Amino acid sequence: MTVDLEMAEIAKVFFQESREGLDVMESGLLSLGATADSENINTIFRAAHSIKGGSATFGFAEVAGFTHGVETLLDEMRNGVRPVTAEAIQTLLQACDCLREMITATEAEQPLDQVRIASLNGDIKHILGEATEAPAPVSAPAPAEANRAADIGGASEPSGWRVRFEPVADLLRLRNEPTRMFAELRRLGPMVAHADASRLPPLDALDPESCYLSWNIDITGQIPRGKLDEIFDWVDSGCRLEFTPNGGSAPAAPGAKASAPPQAAAIDAWSAETKAVSPTEAKTAAPADADRGAPAGAPMQKASGDSGSIRVATEKVDNIINLVGELLITQSMLSSFADGIDPNDLDRLRQGLSQLARNTRELQESVMQIRMLPISFAFNRFPRIVHDLSRKLAKKVELKLSGEGTELDKTVLEKISDPLVHLVRNALDHGLEIPERRVAAGKHETGTLELAAFHEGGNIIIEVRDDGAGLNKAKILQKARERALVAPDQELTDEQIDNLIFMPGFSTAEQISDVSGRGVGMDVVRRNINDLGGHVQISSREGLGSTIRIRLPLTLAILDGQLVRVGKEIYVISLLAIVETIQVARERVNTLVGRTEVFRLRDEYLPVVKLCDQFGIEPDSRSAEDGLLVVLEADGKRVGVLVDDLLAQQQVVIKSLESNFKSVAGIAGATILGDGTVALIIDAPGLISSAAKQGVGAVAARAA
Amino acid sequence: MSKKILTVDDSASMRQMVLFTLQGAGYEVVQACDGVEALEWARQSAVDLVLTDVHMPRMDGITLVRELRGLLNYKFVPMLILTTESSQEKKMDGKRAGATGWIVKPFNPPQLLATVARVL
Amino acid sequence: MSTAKPTSGADKAAAESSEQYLTFMLAGEEYGVDILRVQEIKGWDKVTRIPHTPDYVLGVINLRGAVVPILDLRRRFGLETIAFGPTTVVIVVRVMSGRDERTVGVVVDAVSEVYNVDAADTKPPPDVCGTVDTVFVKALVTIEEKMLILLDIDRLIGNSIADELVPGAAVA
Repeated sequence: MTVDLEMAEIAKVFFQESREGLDVMESGLLSLGATADSENINTIFRAAHSIKGGSATFGFAEVAGFTHGVETLLDEMRNGVRPVTAEAIQTLLQACDCLREMITATEAEQPLDQVRIASLNGDIKHILGEATEAPAPVSAPAPAEANRAADIGGASEPSGWRVRFEPVADLLRLRNEPTRMFAELRRLGPMVAHADASRLPPLDALDPESCYLSWNIDITGQIPRGKLDEIFDWVDSGCRLEFTPNGGSAPAAPGAKASAPPQAAAIDAWSAETKAVSPTEAKTAAPADADRGAPAGAPMQKASGDSGSIRVATEKVDNIINLVGELLITQSMLSSFADGIDPNDLDRLRQGLSQLARNTRELQESVMQIRMLPISFAFNRFPRIVHDLSRKLAKKVELKLSGEGTELDKTVLEKISDPLVHLVRNALDHGLEIPERRVAAGKHETGTLELAAFHEGGNIIIEVRDDGAGLNKAKILQKARERALVAPDQELTDEQIDNLIFMPGFSTAEQISDVSGRGVGMDVVRRNINDLGGHVQISSREGLGSTIRIRLPLTLAILDGQLVRVGKEIYVISLLAIVETIQVARERVNTLVGRTEVFRLRDEYLPVVKLCDQFGIEPDSRSAEDGLLVVLEADGKRVGVLVDDLLAQQQVVIKSLESNFKSVAGIAGATILGDGTVALIIDAPGLISSAAKQGVGAVAARAA
Repeated sequence: MSKKILTVDDSASMRQMVLFTLQGAGYEVVQACDGVEALEWARQSAVDLVLTDVHMPRMDGITLVRELRGLLNYKFVPMLILTTESSQEKKMDGKRAGATGWIVKPFNPPQLLATVARVL
Repeated sequence: MSTAKPTSGADKAAAESSEQYLTFMLAGEEYGVDILRVQEIKGWDKVTRIPHTPDYVLGVINLRGAVVPILDLRRRFGLETIAFGPTTVVIVVRVMSGRDERTVGVVVDAVSEVYNVDAADTKPPPDVCGTVDTVFVKALVTIEEKMLILLDIDRLIGNSIADELVPGAAVA
């Protein structure tokens, strides 16, 4: 059925709309704690109401049923019947989470988490003060109206009815047409209506828009009372309506079926008179009216999870179209030079080429811009997370966000989201102290957690700052020594000690709380950031707090690279991974145990990674002192990669090896150089960790 | 000459459902997202029927009905509010504001069409 | 011989009974691949070598902006290798690997012809089929008194890429 298909299509809109509505509810609830203002509560209520209505309309009964409880609670709150307590807000927040899951599950046609739903329903009922029972059905029967005659059992159906109908004067103004009601009655059975004009005033006092007539209607047939009620349901309040059944269980005429009054003979004298002044036919103008839907092009996409598509601001696309136009112009200008170049044109050719380069660069930037989304999509999770966690940990925290508009690539955004969550949870759990401790330390009892993002030199920097207790350097150093991550007599700078927390398995927490320290540790965070081509470090001052600084490339598709030559092969190394490039003197190079070389860089010894060995190529230089060493850093480890030559630095477009081939150890991808040849991009973190595995040594020991 | 219906609802999915259903039955449909928008439009144009949701931002459906009844063009136009079964109050508020009647949510396309047919 | 073939994805030909095959020579034998899989034929060009790969993976080339691996079929089948030169031919094919589509180039001795092959005329490969593992052979057919070995190019390429012949080559 086309209707079903269409409804299914429209249901997709409902799912999206509901998610947006749940976001509105959540942020509304979070700010409700501070100010219980009525506009806010109403907004939250409306969102829940919409979800309930929509879910019922599209057939999602369980969602509708659950939302009903939520809506009821919100309704009571907005009517002032129920106080807005922290407990209620918390339950409602959890209900939002549950609804989100229900919506997702319903959309994916997956089963719902009945246990969770039942449990939350119980919580809501508890707050509403009702005994825990089966959730109230969505369709609660309307209470019987005062002026409806009492229903006479259902023992036996009457053979007809007499209806006394005395409408209010406004009846016709509200377009409740008696003719329509009579037509509907006639469909139920033969009927006769006798007009009662007793209330009709003299003509000069007559208001043509009012209704002065009443009717006595006789209708025959075994008609259930309910059907009569339906016809009059829009008018029965205010109007006087009496239903008297004929025969059936009416005590007055036992057993005898009262015969219906004579029908055809009655002249419906009222028909001429009851046609009240019909309202003038509304003039139909014909305005060109488009449906006003959501504004086109507003960027709005959930950061986590969904990778399938992007909503793009129209201006971004328009910009690209313009640039492509300019590119075409430049290109055709240059192609006109194809016909015979004379020396005077050389200048113009150069100009054209430089213009072409500019057009191309701008176009490239513009295209990258399409994939850029503001980091607010990642930051938006945090008000809720901080709210929940601070409650759970009984800590007072104020969250400050800045730079939410800073843009970064969609994929980087998606992948940095979870690591950020971990860092925030960590800061709350281990960094910020409980209020008593803070006060004892002379601080305000409410701690501050700041998330800041900004652009710096072609990268995006994200900082997570807390004014908590800071890292306990002594403890960290001790733990590191216990785990032999640091040699007993090795001296480390403060900064180095701080960054030890990124090493695997490193948790100085007394007990592993279930908030953080569950083995999904800082080392995983760092690895994830490194995999994105980024860099993370922490700096901390005891008693004052810590700052975690994350540096990320703006995009994953393009890399600022250093071209290097080893033998006849050219490779690309990401500039972000390069610490420095040096030429070492022979004295500084040592060979360990007859095979691997290490070299001294200031006060540490770093292993030499020979690409000729790793990649099986014929190099010019076989030993560290003969070539150049490019010092790479990833995961806290540093190595020196031996190359024959440093070539240009340039931006390269990253092409995946996996699309047509497969992934290769030590290689992050490929790119196409200016001369059309393919150059492989080195996977710095991968190379470093596999060098470590081959026993080249991490924080290298000193040679004798 | 097909009848023209003004529908007002802040939910896009509901608007689409109503639009699809009514257009499919041959009605001409004009839509608005909230009461303010609907009222502004109504000052300039007329319809044969108004369908409005109750809970909307800026101006709710009941207020809209009341305001529309103050416009000459809308004095006698049938108006139906979309309400949930349990809110008896809203139905009465609606009538007091001047609504002809109501449609109970949730409703499916046949129910919508049947109810519209009662007044058009 | 045209150098570019329009591609209609990697689907079977509309005409079920008769398919077209592009044939090529490899060490004296004539092999055929489904023409709908063939994207283009080009000459030999410099490749960029990839570490940790079997010897029959020569490397990758830039094919109009795409990074495409080149396989040497002689080496793949363990045949005697010959020097590459101006007459060396690379057939670029599109193959299915699971749900993914890959573009890969294979080096052959020379390209022959395009033949219409009727499914009715084909015979299943014998258990032992000379050089090539019969897993990669769809069928045999005799045309113009020659025997053609029709290859299952999806399987051949898929298998060649997935194969881990280099010990200790850690997958990332």
